[in-house]
Amino acid sequence: MLNAQGKKIMAQGKSRGWIMEPEAKTLLRIFNFAVPAFLWTGKLQEAEAFAAEQGFPLAMKIVSSTIVHKSEAGGVVLGIDGLEGLREHFERFRAFEGFEGVLLEEMVRGSAEVIIGSKTDLQFGPVVLLGIGGTGVEIYNDAVLRMAPLTSADARSMIESLKGKALLTGFRGSTGINIAYLQQMLIRFSNLVMELDDIESIDLNPVICSSERAVIADARFILQSE
Amino acid sequence: MNLKPLFTPRTMAVCGVSLKNEAHPANVIFNKNNLRYPIETYALNPKGGTFQREPLYPDFSAIPEHIDLAVIATRAEAVETVLADCLKNKVGAAVVVSAGFAEIGNHRLQERITSMALEASFPIIGPNCLGIHRPARFDTLFLPSERLVRPEKGNLAFISQSGGVLVDQMLKFAGQGIGLSAGVSIGNKAVVREIDLLAYFDRDPSTRVMAFYIEGFAENEGRHFVQAAQACKKPVVVMKSGKSPGGSKAASSHTASMAGDYFVFKEVMQQHSIAVAKDEHELGAFCESLSNFETQIEGRVGIVTVSGGHGVVAVDTCTEHGLQVPVLSKATREAILPRLNPSIRDIASLDNPVDLTGSSFDSDFVAVTDILSRSPEVDAILILLLPYSPGISTDISAKLSHIHQREGKPMVAYLPKDEKYRIILEGFELYNIPVSPSIEGSVLMLEALRRCKKC
Repeated sequence: MLNAQGKKIMAQGKSRGWIMEPEAKTLLRIFNFAVPAFLWTGKLQEAEAFAAEQGFPLAMKIVSSTIVHKSEAGGVVLGIDGLEGLREHFERFRAFEGFEGVLLEEMVRGSAEVIIGSKTDLQFGPVVLLGIGGTGVEIYNDAVLRMAPLTSADARSMIESLKGKALLTGFRGSTGINIAYLQQMLIRFSNLVMELDDIESIDLNPVICSSERAVIADARFILQSE
Repeated sequence: MNLKPLFTPRTMAVCGVSLKNEAHPANVIFNKNNLRYPIETYALNPKGGTFQREPLYPDFSAIPEHIDLAVIATRAEAVETVLADCLKNKVGAAVVVSAGFAEIGNHRLQERITSMALEASFPIIGPNCLGIHRPARFDTLFLPSERLVRPEKGNLAFISQSGGVLVDQMLKFAGQGIGLSAGVSIGNKAVVREIDLLAYFDRDPSTRVMAFYIEGFAENEGRHFVQAAQACKKPVVVMKSGKSPGGSKAASSHTASMAGDYFVFKEVMQQHSIAVAKDEHELGAFCESLSNFETQIEGRVGIVTVSGGHGVVAVDTCTEHGLQVPVLSKATREAILPRLNPSIRDIASLDNPVDLTGSSFDSDFVAVTDILSRSPEVDAILILLLPYSPGISTDISAKLSHIHQREGKPMVAYLPKDEKYRIILEGFELYNIPVSPSIEGSVLMLEALRRCKKC
């Protein structure tokens, strides 16, 4: 169920048309999805304190109400390995249009990246997509889709139906990811999209999968315009 | 809503019959039904008079008996009045052939008709449609009989949003030997929609398979359709137009950009055990196969051939379509060998495909098919019948049919298309073994049994 904080995020997002990443992560955390440890701040001292506590390397992303596609705008830096880099990029991001702080995150490790997404289809209502993810997601174009809510058989067949499923189940001696965890996550995500109103589409991309769990490294919620 | 009067009417009234225009749709419909189909047919025109020595009735109350089905082919503006007359006289249902409604932007007129019908629980097919063709029963298609190629009576119900696709597909079904229980063109689907027909034909005893040509659903209608189709007892096949991504609207997310309309449609249909035919070839193959068999298969195909080349092509095509061609066990091969004619024992290949060579006889085909029909190693049989070999007789298909009839394992055949081989074709079809003139077509028939979870 959506708590007061979640309702507030949805309401704010509604007026903007989309939900900014730190708020999307907060929303996902409310629903018990794994997200990286993160801090949303506009103050350099707070960022430095987070780095001291969390340790390097870290990822830094721009938070701006006018920038939906952060990578394309040059607003994502991965693998910052010291205070010097942290300060440099913080100052650079400060000059971005609509600056509302930075998102500082732990770097999550895994053996495979997937995209989990949803869209509210005019004819079929909420549908859930699973694909081989990362930045090349539209190049691989290896995705499967089911109508929400998903049954466990649906979640199983989604993973089975990916052309690149060996990337997930393991190949040439590499250990696979935790398939059962991913299946459960797909089902829980499908329940989330059934519960939230006004969603146009959601991208969880990449979701970084390891032999233990699957962590949502980036999330984008686009809401239906009024 | 009771759809029975739409599909099993005893009496029919055709509204809008013209005294001046012999090619008027109403005239064509009246002419093709009156005294030609086992349905009592009456002609209506508000002006009254006589038409072809039959009375022209001014309205429904003037007709001496109760009317089950009204076929309305008047001008769009007159449809409301005729419908009111239908309701007043307790007519059972209507097909509205007339155009001039939502399809040209005349939404108000269509909405008025919809609410009139829904309020009275009165089923209407159309408007802007060809209506219903039921072989050996009646036909509301306003196309002259001599222009149409009509399939035999069979067990496929084909429902099409487009009248043109219905008529064209009827010709193709006829050519493939696929019989229809009903062909329905639903046009603007103002009252009766795909989902209502799904429910009706699922209970219709003369229908075994339902196929739909779909252009699009209304908001959330697709969700209800797939849920209803999954609950049906009978297999459902769909073909959709509009596969190309229309209007390159810049997508705001990766998901929206990857999940185009056709991709969503195809994936969601398959999730609900509906077989999606990507084109008319698949549609024909799926319908033919599903109207003959009720067995779902995993897709382990046993192939029997006289030509090694055809065997290889068939294996490739099976693999491409997700079907397996498992190597036969030693025990099965040892069971086959002594039953073959001594002359081919040394040259036949028994792995799978079983290649009997051009020197084989009918009895070799019968022996292999008999053993494969009983072996759990394969769950379907593909016969590649090249009728050129001297040892193969025209009785071969009937002989193989008997095995199929006895053992019940799905069997399909490839047979080259030529009038010369018609007797072989009929031998197969007589006992419900579907035949395709292409290897790919025969493989698609097997794929339908694998894809459709409800055969």
